Amino acid sequence: MQRRLSTWLLLAPAGVWFAVMLVLPLCFVLVFSFGERAPAGGYVPAFTFAQYANLPARGTAFLNTLMLAPLGTLLSLLIAYPLAYFLAMRSDPKWRTLLLILVIVPFWTSILIRSYAWIFILGGQGLPAVIEWLGFGQVRLINTPFAVLTGIVYGYLPLMVLPIFVSLERLDKRLLEASADLGAPPLRSFLQVTLPLSLPGVATGCMLVFILLMGEFLIPAMLGGGKVFFIGNALVDLFLQSRNWAFGAAVAVTLVVIMLVTVSLYMWLMRRMGGQRDDVAMM
Amino acid sequence: MRLYAAAVFAFLYLPIAVIAIFSFNAGTHASQFTGFSVQWYGKALSNPFVMEALWTSFIVALCSAVIASVFGTMAALALQGMTGRVRMVADALIYVAVMVPGIVIGIATLIALVTLFGWINPFLALLAPEGQAPQLSMGYGSLIAAHALFSMSLVIIILRARLAGMDRSLMEASADLYAPPFATFRQVTLPLIFPGILAGFLLSFTFSFDDFIIAFFVAGSETTLPIYVFSSIRRGVTPEINAIGTMVLIVSLLLLVTAQVILRRGPKKEGGDAA
Repeated sequence: MQRRLSTWLLLAPAGVWFAVMLVLPLCFVLVFSFGERAPAGGYVPAFTFAQYANLPARGTAFLNTLMLAPLGTLLSLLIAYPLAYFLAMRSDPKWRTLLLILVIVPFWTSILIRSYAWIFILGGQGLPAVIEWLGFGQVRLINTPFAVLTGIVYGYLPLMVLPIFVSLERLDKRLLEASADLGAPPLRSFLQVTLPLSLPGVATGCMLVFILLMGEFLIPAMLGGGKVFFIGNALVDLFLQSRNWAFGAAVAVTLVVIMLVTVSLYMWLMRRMGGQRDDVAMM
Repeated sequence: MRLYAAAVFAFLYLPIAVIAIFSFNAGTHASQFTGFSVQWYGKALSNPFVMEALWTSFIVALCSAVIASVFGTMAALALQGMTGRVRMVADALIYVAVMVPGIVIGIATLIALVTLFGWINPFLALLAPEGQAPQLSMGYGSLIAAHALFSMSLVIIILRARLAGMDRSLMEASADLYAPPFATFRQVTLPLIFPGILAGFLLSFTFSFDDFIIAFFVAGSETTLPIYVFSSIRRGVTPEINAIGTMVLIVSLLLLVTAQVILRRGPKKEGGDAA
């Protein structure tokens, strides 16, 4: 009995914190999404689906997000896989940890400053000036979908590399020897052994990047210049500029629902692949 | 293969290098390098707005990291070896706290706290009719509380991996030798998990110090350094921002490398590759 009491006492502060700062606020969002906008901005209690019916008003933001988030995820995957493969299979084990740390560290530094770096590089005085100097004519890079995609890949690459690296590193190397001994050329070994066995890592990476991209605000705000905007940008506008809390809450709930569907799909996929449940947290 | 890896590392680090190089630009125009100078560091450090934002960020990061480390460690110890419904709820909450995008957390916290304060403040006014009643509003408190939520989840995840890899028999031996529970904790458990707590603290501090999106919603009238930088960028790119950015990057790089080194040393833990 004493042990149980001490367990509850240890759990209490964190429990209260999660209840007040996570569960309660999320409930508020759900309740507000069925409300109405006050004339001066803010919220009036109500029970109406009007806000949800109004979602197409922000259709462009949803469309942009649902197009650029999968595209950004795919690009990150294409760039991350060879790097993860190199780190797990080909790099000198002496340096492996250091190289891995070098991949992870940028993810934890300020995404604000790192996106700002691309404003600098893609802006008129940066890369476009170099391209013009080389004689390829004038190009505009900043405030285009290209700039936003570059920022996305740059920002989320580490998050994609890590789970793929983990699944490749865990792979039983004897399988590859067996495949080679049985006369399979390297490419065939890769396609029939390595690739399928690394799919759980690929799925985890894609899910993490996609989910975080769905809620992205900074990268489109900084590199899209108001022309390429995501759901996140619509949310900032709705809450901080037009103060339409009820509609903003409905947009936020929809965003979370899309994410929940993605996560469920991922869980289902992982169970079908029989993959171990990785607790791949990006730290 | 090697070349490809080198190219990706260049892609990851060149933009950071560009910022750092241009922060030493002597000229006033951000993107034309006209000579070496540290004048922008001086300008940034003597700008009262920058210093105030830096101070706010520092206090918020410190407080939220301390709260997260203490409460997170307590929770991780309580959850150790626990199964059943409480564990399931705890796991789900931690998962939600980490996976729900910062922007949704920010919005949810904003509307919940503003509404709650709207309910509480009239009562506070009743308690002190002299007009001296304290009014709750968004600011340091909401910033610290919101950052501590995410950081607490981080600390719990890191420590859970540590505790799972720990030899339980050490604690049982200590109990068999009649050490009271607190002595066991202080002399056996704490030294074993201390690196994890320290790494969690450093990651929490870095997260809070660098966070823009949650702070953007819950800061009220306060300005953290990322909020200051964001609004300055809106007004145009200047060498001063490069200098601030370089300093922020150096601080977080130092903290992060320390955290990574601590995490990767010491007892090998299960699923530790993830951390």
